[in-house]
Amino acid sequence: MRNLKVLFVGIIAIICVLFVTSRQMRTSQGHTGDNTLTIYNWGDYIDPELIKKFEQETGYKVSYETFDSNEAMFTKIQQGGTAYDLTIPSEYMIQKMMAEEMLIPLDYTKIKGIENIDSRFMDLDFDPENKYSIPYFWGTLGIIYNDKFVDGENIQHWDDLWKEELRDSVMLFDGAREVIGLALNSDGESLNSKDDELLAQAARKLAKLPDNVKAIVADEIKMYMINEEASVAVTFSGEASEMLDNNEHLHYVIPSEGSNVWFDNIVIPKTTRNIDGAYAFINFLLVPENAAQNAEYIGYSTPNKEAMGLLPEEIIEDEQFYPPDEVINHLEVYEDLGVEYIGIYNDIFLEFKMHRR
Amino acid sequence: MTKTKTMYSIPYILWLLLFVVAPVLLIVYQSFTDIDGAFTVGNYGKYFTSSTALRMTFNSLLYAGIITAAVLLISYPTAYFLSRTVHKQLWLMLIILPTWINLLLKAYAFIGIFSVNGTINNFLEFAGIGRQQILFTDTSFIFVAAYIEIPFMILPIFNALEEMNPSLISASRDLGANTWQTFQRVILPLSMNGVRSGVQAVFIPSLSLFMLTRLIGGNRVITLGKAIEQHFMVTQNWGMGSTIGVILILSMVAIMLLTGEKKRRKGGNRA
Repeated sequence: MRNLKVLFVGIIAIICVLFVTSRQMRTSQGHTGDNTLTIYNWGDYIDPELIKKFEQETGYKVSYETFDSNEAMFTKIQQGGTAYDLTIPSEYMIQKMMAEEMLIPLDYTKIKGIENIDSRFMDLDFDPENKYSIPYFWGTLGIIYNDKFVDGENIQHWDDLWKEELRDSVMLFDGAREVIGLALNSDGESLNSKDDELLAQAARKLAKLPDNVKAIVADEIKMYMINEEASVAVTFSGEASEMLDNNEHLHYVIPSEGSNVWFDNIVIPKTTRNIDGAYAFINFLLVPENAAQNAEYIGYSTPNKEAMGLLPEEIIEDEQFYPPDEVINHLEVYEDLGVEYIGIYNDIFLEFKMHRR
Repeated sequence: MTKTKTMYSIPYILWLLLFVVAPVLLIVYQSFTDIDGAFTVGNYGKYFTSSTALRMTFNSLLYAGIITAAVLLISYPTAYFLSRTVHKQLWLMLIILPTWINLLLKAYAFIGIFSVNGTINNFLEFAGIGRQQILFTDTSFIFVAAYIEIPFMILPIFNALEEMNPSLISASRDLGANTWQTFQRVILPLSMNGVRSGVQAVFIPSLSLFMLTRLIGGNRVITLGKAIEQHFMVTQNWGMGSTIGVILILSMVAIMLLTGEKKRRKGGNRA
């Protein structure tokens, strides 16, 4: 009994000490409420040096939080609780957040450097006239393969994933839109299809794929491809660029018949309590030098055309990440399908995952 | 006197209402709403007519059953021998020790051990057997799940064996029973309580494991927990997610009833 008491008192004492020190650390770092900028971003999706630079230049203190899926971010912001000043959702999620009136329209008189952004990436269907969002990075969905195990000539199109020789060696990204989208694209259909017949056809086609699928995972693909656990994977261009840096046998292909192009744009959610800080950060990121530094660190494709001029040539001439226009023309953005079809896509995907090898 | 008693019970009652009763009622309520929030029984209809959902339920039950059986098979002898060793506390401590390490860390460690270039495959290569696919198989999933659950089975069984009056065993010997008979007729029935709580502590969480299904099973094993996560996070169909939640709760109640003590059978063990 005495021991228990000591244990409890000890735990409470430790909690108190930790609480007080963390408070003191926060104030000593200058987090005093007004000047804190809370950024909610994907994990490992900004050069940490830039945050330090921003803090030095502007005097704001950045509190940086991360999420691992658009949906998780959406739920957290919808619930309120934390005063997020900036977040970086993908395009379909921006559409959804616009519809739910969770975003603040941008005041362009406070934004400097918007002309640095390539006009190809402005005024897109998901946010006409960029009323709510400014492009941060863009990229594609494609196939990454290891030339030690497969011949690159044989892995150029989505249909190649179904080949006999890839038995038990493909890793898929764990997302309903991605997997069903690639099945639709492989037949030349749109990855935003709402045609029940086409979806049923895609489901039937996917039913033949499980023999080749080794695993359906997410971020781990990076680690597995670098360690040569699998020979082929479906992944995003940004992830791919990091894998390429770590294993010279890897190559990234955007299937020319069509694939997904995605945008991650900066938005200001209604939870903001430091809107000036949010604009300051947007302006900071629009500066070509900063955008270029960020693009070099992350490896995704930057929409900032001024920044592209500052990047080494081997980066901007790499067609794996800055594809030619004829490939870009076949790429599609994910549209918000509405709750009914999101449900249908997910049911098909769940059904697909249920198939046994 | 009774007044102060009720006063003391207020925090507990509030706790129960807020954190036990209310959430369960909310889940039940949600399960009767469709995606727009209107009342419906469609979720249940959809669940019981969808072959995917039923197969998923069957799979979850099957995997949870296999995991529990494997854990029991390992834990009972362990607990039995443990209760007969000299340094009981030390051994027990060593068994509990792994639970101090975060589940995710353990899962990642197993990825390292099982991967194509991992420890086991390096050994297999060295032994001349050649590399095998270990990660993302049913075997690896069940192995890791069992490994994680073992302490939760050993502890209750060990406690039940410890609480047993040793004179009962001596009595059994004196009356002419051999070791096996003593075990079968005396020790096993008296430790059944520990086995029951162990089975509950392992089977129920196993039904809704979902991090392991992705990390170790590569999403090739789909459990009900995974489906709930998808309905809440991806489709935002909270109604359907809650429906699966309610079905999980009901199946847990069923497990409790099945494994619970049968009080009606007086003097149950006829040993």
